[in-house]
Amino acid sequence: MIFNRNRSLSCQELVELVTDYLEGALPRRERRLFEKHLTACDGCTTYLEQIRVTIALTGKLEPSSISPEAEAALLAAFGDWKRT
Amino acid sequence: MTLAVSEQRLVEALRAGDQAAFEQLIRMYQASLLRVARIYVSSRSVAEEVVQETWLGVLNGIGRFEGRSSLKTWIFRILTNTAKTRGVRESRSIPFSALDDPALAGSVVDPTRFLPPDDPVDPGGWAVPPAPLPEQALLARETLGVIEAAIEALPPAQQAVITLRDVEGWSSEEVRNTLEVSETNQRVLLHRARSKVRSALEEYVSEAT
Repeated sequence: MIFNRNRSLSCQELVELVTDYLEGALPRRERRLFEKHLTACDGCTTYLEQIRVTIALTGKLEPSSISPEAEAALLAAFGDWKRT
Repeated sequence: MTLAVSEQRLVEALRAGDQAAFEQLIRMYQASLLRVARIYVSSRSVAEEVVQETWLGVLNGIGRFEGRSSLKTWIFRILTNTAKTRGVRESRSIPFSALDDPALAGSVVDPTRFLPPDDPVDPGGWAVPPAPLPEQALLARETLGVIEAAIEALPPAQQAVITLRDVEGWSSEEVRNTLEVSETNQRVLLHRARSKVRSALEEYVSEAT
């Protein structure tokens, strides 16, 4: 993303930088522009909050478990391995 | 690098033939192994075979495991090697086109939600701004199902990155090393994945309320 020195970030540009921002990957100048935009923009503040909520909810997912067939096959293989 | 104590215990237990240790490892990594395998092979069933083969590789190699990397890193390296071999055999020569796709560039939010570039007042500003998500909808059990479905609908590389980072809680460095992607690409994949899941969430909530 190329920043024009003479203007601030638009909302459309900001949403593309959200992950860089959260990952701490924005250069200092862009980070300042990003935060300055947020203080004056409800839409982008809400957007960032939604992304945070998305991350938090994703973290609540249970990793899917192994199928019984696959587990049985693995444990049988384990038995074979143990005998060798 | 030294192994965490719990990992060291698992390694020793596994070497000693402790089935509970093996079951614990399977519980810890099975889901992530499957997601990562899906990047390299064409179908879920082949991915499952790759994961099974990986576990056999873990059993056969644990005696030689020296702890120079973490156990997790070592297991995932067996997986990616197995999956790549399998992917080549399937003549899916996408070593990492899936992870380095230039088409990854582009907007993640529907452009019609913004004012056009020639808008006299606020070019690129919100035309349809997002509304705060109501707490109640977020607490509903279906919401997690919506998120899960949105992740399932992502391309395999994005699925793998968001699963490892946001479901499993891996660090960006661990993901980068396991998937052998640059920091930038990892971030782009994560960005696209999270953005699409957010958008699914927003859509669901606005329909439900």
